[in-house]
Amino acid sequence: MPLARDEAVDRATRSPLAVGLVLIAVTALLLAVGTAVGSLGWEPLWGGADTARAILWEIRLPRSLGAWLAGALLGLAGAVAQGLFRNPLADPYLLGSATGAAFGVAMMLVLIGVAPMAADGWVARLGLTGAGFAGAVGAVLVTLALARGVQHTLRLLLAGVIVGMVFGALSALVMFWVPDILRSMQSFLLGTTGFLGWGSVGLLGVLLAVSVLVAIGFSPALDALALGESTAISLGIPLSKVRVGLVGVMALATGAAVAQVGLIAFIGLLAPHLVRAAVKPTHRWLLPLAALAGGVLLLAADVLARWLLAPQELPVGALTSLLGGGYLLWLMHRRPL
Amino acid sequence: MTPALRASDLHVSLGGREVLRGIDLSLSAARWTAVVGPNGAGKTTMLKALAHLLPARGGVEMLGRVAWTDRERARRLAWLGQNESGAEDLRAHDVVMLGRLPHQPWLGGASAEDQAIVEDAMRQTQCWDWRLRPLGQLSGGERQRVLLARALAVRAPLLLMDEPLANLDPPHQADWLAIVRRHVAAGGTAVSVLHELNMALHADELVVMDQGRIAHHGACADPATHEALREVFARRVRVHALAGQWVALPDAVED
Repeated sequence: MPLARDEAVDRATRSPLAVGLVLIAVTALLLAVGTAVGSLGWEPLWGGADTARAILWEIRLPRSLGAWLAGALLGLAGAVAQGLFRNPLADPYLLGSATGAAFGVAMMLVLIGVAPMAADGWVARLGLTGAGFAGAVGAVLVTLALARGVQHTLRLLLAGVIVGMVFGALSALVMFWVPDILRSMQSFLLGTTGFLGWGSVGLLGVLLAVSVLVAIGFSPALDALALGESTAISLGIPLSKVRVGLVGVMALATGAAVAQVGLIAFIGLLAPHLVRAAVKPTHRWLLPLAALAGGVLLLAADVLARWLLAPQELPVGALTSLLGGGYLLWLMHRRPL
Repeated sequence: MTPALRASDLHVSLGGREVLRGIDLSLSAARWTAVVGPNGAGKTTMLKALAHLLPARGGVEMLGRVAWTDRERARRLAWLGQNESGAEDLRAHDVVMLGRLPHQPWLGGASAEDQAIVEDAMRQTQCWDWRLRPLGQLSGGERQRVLLARALAVRAPLLLMDEPLANLDPPHQADWLAIVRRHVAAGGTAVSVLHELNMALHADELVVMDQGRIAHHGACADPATHEALREVFARRVRVHALAGQWVALPDAVED
């Protein structure tokens, strides 16, 4: 019996691999554009002198790669959050982990007393990433405790909003008492890719590889969880272990990204939605594809932020908020949630 | 013969309220048992406790053994929940394949045998034709047939179903009946919570529940079972024999 050829089936039969290859191609293209856009707009510098090559290799390339990696971590964290909490609106930020990470970074800035991401050396970087990570895990745990588990999605989102506000207020208080960190915190809160060097790229790359592998390891559990907790348990899924592992991945990915590039909004929410608009895969595919889409989104936003008003540079986080908000509005208009 | 499931002095409290107050029950293998009772009697809770899906006090023995690993239990007991929502973005075929999860090595992927079992389950519930559609695009009844296929794909000897007939139209209710009969004829055990008494009366045995306890456990044809039914439904239904079947009808309202 022939299948009805309709949009849903077409979308469902589209190959996840093809979507992945398209995203990789777009990534390569954006990396090329990203290294060709400088502080004055389009200035390729390919095949130039030593200084030009230095700018290319020591500034533009690590920055572009870092932006892509941070976006990928956020996209992955968003896909994990949406699967784990069984809520298409869950993202790392709605659960308070990003504001928790911001608070952790603020506290670390006060403690080590250096300009944030300009600080070089692995110790400072691991310190900031570690603080971001600790803050993110702490905030998610507080949210889970307030919501008494992940059963009630409404309570969960409410708890996340409350925790986000409280940690935001705590960060504000820290900034009020220690105004020295104000400038560093501002670039952090608006999101910036300007301080990404090869060290950050290495760190983000390793963390992305680990997070993607662990998350894919839990992907059958996420698929089963989509049918509800009872069904997942009945299929032999060790739910509490899965939750601990996935919340850990989420917090690690968000904390690492936020510690390196600051608060970048909407990537985590948007990336999985974009993937699902193109293809209907199981989590084994959705997770890496959401990471790829997140990387593409943030790298594209970064290139735009540097290019649009060059030589002036827009805060990339503000740009992703505008674009992401616009996309969600359009989505709501087209298809009531 | 070892009972398929046996509960002794089973207690469950939900949110501080005692929902099951001491259940003693023994379900023989190769039988279909329907669980009935008024709203809030604890039917779903008992089924979940038997399936080890929620914390309970007291003992539950499956196939003569108490201690099972999660995976071993998952291969022997399949669960179909009530109003399973979610999975809107998973394709029907991927959903049914989840039933093979307890049999697959972690991340091992589907074997040819898995594929064959999934196709068989989907053909049994007549949902093979829309295997490529995401669950969110299906109607309530179509979705229920996919979920039933998911439970069948486990190929477990024990099949526990909570309100499996929700959203099914009469022809597909009859199909469900045939599926359960085949399962039992092949030596499997089926337990289903059913709202619809007339469907429940097709079962081999009836467990009648009321207020967290078992009010009666007996064969569907037994007049004592019919009387117990009448009792828990405030003496407002009566079981009649009609065209070789038992039917439960509400009493006529007296003026």
